Parts: sequence; structure tokens; C-alpha cells
Amino acid sequence: MKWDVIFEAKNLALYGEGILTTLGLLFSSLGVGAVLALVFALALTSRSAPLRAVVGAYTYVVRGTPLLIQVYLIYYGLGQLEWIQARWDDVWPWTHFKEPFFCALLAFSLNTAGYSAEMLAGAIRETSAGELEAAQAYGMGRWQILWRIVLPSAMRRSLPAYSNEVVMMLQSTSLASAVPSMMDVTAAASRVYSDYYLPFEAYLFAAGIYLLATFVLIGFFKIAERHFLAYLTPREN
Amino acid sequence: MNAYYLSILQGSLLTVAVSLCSLVVAVVLGLLGAAARLSGRPVAVALGTAYTSVIRGIPDLVVMLLVFYGGTMGLNHVMELMGSKRVVDINPFIAGVLTLGFIYGAYMTETFRGAILAIPKGQSEAALAFGMGRPQTFLRIIAPQMVRYALPGFTNNWLVLIKSTALVSLIGLKEMTYLSKQASAATRSPFEFFLFSAALFLVFTSVSLYVLRKMNARYSLGTRRVEL
Repeated sequence: MKWDVIFEAKNLALYGEGILTTLGLLFSSLGVGAVLALVFALALTSRSAPLRAVVGAYTYVVRGTPLLIQVYLIYYGLGQLEWIQARWDDVWPWTHFKEPFFCALLAFSLNTAGYSAEMLAGAIRETSAGELEAAQAYGMGRWQILWRIVLPSAMRRSLPAYSNEVVMMLQSTSLASAVPSMMDVTAAASRVYSDYYLPFEAYLFAAGIYLLATFVLIGFFKIAERHFLAYLTPREN
Repeated sequence: MNAYYLSILQGSLLTVAVSLCSLVVAVVLGLLGAAARLSGRPVAVALGTAYTSVIRGIPDLVVMLLVFYGGTMGLNHVMELMGSKRVVDINPFIAGVLTLGFIYGAYMTETFRGAILAIPKGQSEAALAFGMGRPQTFLRIIAPQMVRYALPGFTNNWLVLIKSTALVSLIGLKEMTYLSKQASAATRSPFEFFLFSAALFLVFTSVSLYVLRKMNARYSLGTRRVEL
């Protein structure tokens, strides 16, 4: 084992760049995904049957196919469509489809939105009837009930499941390395491996980084749960 | 064009083979892991806990690359020490099956552990009182009831496992993701081929979901269901 190679400034910088890319991808896809998930979850629990069917089909497909194929579909596939090809040189949103980061981000966001939407929709459906009746008795309107009663408690209750999704997403960002010219932690490890032919050191170091990030995320969610779900913990005395 | 679809379809058999072989490895490791974590022996419990928490904190892809590239090098190093001049390459199928089995063994450990804990302790005590040995208690009393509690978690793990087999394409196994990538590079029409393999994956997951739901209904017979 030649660990000193890993700790050379050049390679540490490579891993550093990888960490920035991985975290950037993780947090931006979680952010975009959360907004989409909220919209999708509302659609999944809406009164309109066609809306429920469309979004339900979307989450079914997203959750039933591998993320790697979704990444390929967006990165390689969309570029094939003439409609996008005609626009990606100068028309604004489509110019981004040439950037690997944007394609990976889009794939990850759409993916995590599918999983999180089902989680949140489940929590919304589980809202106890009494809470809704109480809100109605107070004279609140539909949106007011949604905004003040249903969403705050549904979001809190889906927190434990969402922490799993965030950890899964952190690990999924390693698929970005399958897109050429993306330098995330896994791609950095692959670069170090191919430069020095040191598979154990390169990938074990990357594994350590992911492990640390996982524990930090889990710790953060434990604190968040203690805060937001304090009212659900059993009384101690 | 059609030949490409045909080859992807053939590759899907390899995907199924990888999934099923990994599942066998994962179930065996999961049972061993659950046995270790529930054994009450400090060393075994610590090993089992370390296994599940470390594996679940590392991306599948990193573990796979580690096993494939690291394993090849380690194996060649050992061969060299034993005085052999032969250069061995690890077969991507075997590397994929072992890695996926090892990773999902950790998830199965948690599922099985939870299922065993869900069985009332009185059951195994009653079995002991009837004079059954430990293996007999496990096979006749624990295992059949464990299936009932483990099926929902097992279903989730299996669905994630099938989808993870797409990663084995990155270490060069010619399964359907790999073939559709090659086909799209050759024909410059990636959309159709990726969509085709996505559809095949959807068929696999849908069929599994259907079968496992039937099984779940079968194994839940006799449980009392309370509707709110």
C-alpha cells in the first residue's frame, strides 16, 4: 500500500475538486428535486384522477428503471433529438444540454423527485382525519389547510424516510463519473487509479470520503429529527 | 437496426442472471449477518454491525470498482507470490455478482434481523419446550414466519438490486445497459436504445412486484388486518 501517493498535493486537489462536484451535485439536485417533489406530491394527492394517473405513471417509471439509464437517456439521448439540436447552440434553456453537469443534475433531480414525491404523498394521505376536521371547523379554506396543517406535519413525518433518500442520493452521485468529463469523488479516484495503478488506495480513499459524508448527513438528520419530531417522542417521566 | 434490439434482448438474460445470482449471495450473507447480529456474542455482533453500516455508507459503484480493479491486482499479486507467471483477469460477471451480493447482503441483514425480531419470543421458547433443537426451531418455527415479516423489505431490496445491475456495465459486462450504449454509439441514435432497455427494466421490476405481492398475500394469510 502506497498511501503517500494519495496525499500528494496534486492528488489531494483532485479529490478536493471531486468533493466539491459531488456535494454541488447532491445539494442542487436535492433542492430542485424537493421543489418538484412538492408539486408532484400535491398532484398525487389531488382530486383530479387524470393528474394522479399522469404523475403516478411518472414516479412508477422513474422508480422502476436504473438511474444510470436515466442519466444516459438525458446525456446521450436528448442530444439526439433534432428539436433540441436545433436549439442548443443559441436558444437559452437548451444551451445547457451540452453541459455534462447540467445533464447529470437534471437526471438526479428528476430521479429524487420521483422517490420523494411518493414519500411525501404517503405522509399527506396519512394525515389524521381529526386534524382536517378541526381545521375545517375553524373555517380554513382548502389551500389554507394544506399550507398550515397538512404540509407542516406531513413534511415532518416524512423526515426519517427522506434522510434515507438523501443518503441514497449521495451514493447515486457516484454515477456522475459515468458521464465523461465529470470530476466527482468517484471519477477522481478512477483518475488516480489510472495514473498510478493503485486501485486499493484510490478507491478506498474515495470510500472513506463517502462514508464520512454519510455519517455527517445521518448525524445532521438525527439533530433535525430531534427538533422537528420532538412532539412525537415518548415522554420520559 | 433490428439486430441491435435483438442483442439487447439477449443481454437482458444476462441482467436477469446477474440479478438472480447476486440475490442468492445476498440472501446467504443476509442470513449469516442476521445470525451474527442476533447471536449476542460481542465479536460477531460488532462484525455484523460494521458490515451493514460500512457497506450502506459507500456507493455501490465504488465498491464494484474496488473489487474489480483491486481484486484483479490482489489476485495477480498472490499468484506472483506463489510463483505463477500467469496473469489472471477477474471475470466481470463474477466480480459483479460478488459485489452486488456483498452489498445487498448488508441490506438483507437488516431486513432479516428485523423480521426475526418481529417474531414473538414465546414461539422459539415453546419450540425449545417441545424438545426441538436450535436448527429445527429455526427451520420449522422461525423461518416460515420470518418470510412473512421479511417480504416487504425483501421486495424493496430486490427491486433496488435489479436496477443496480446496470452498474455492472461500467466494469465491462455485456448486459443490456452495456449493449444499448454500444448500439447507440454505433448508430448515433441513443434515445431508442436507452428507452428500450429502460422499458425492459420496467418489465422486470413490474413482474417482480406482481409476483412478490402475490407471495406477500399468500404469506400474510391468517394475519388480522385492522382498517382505520
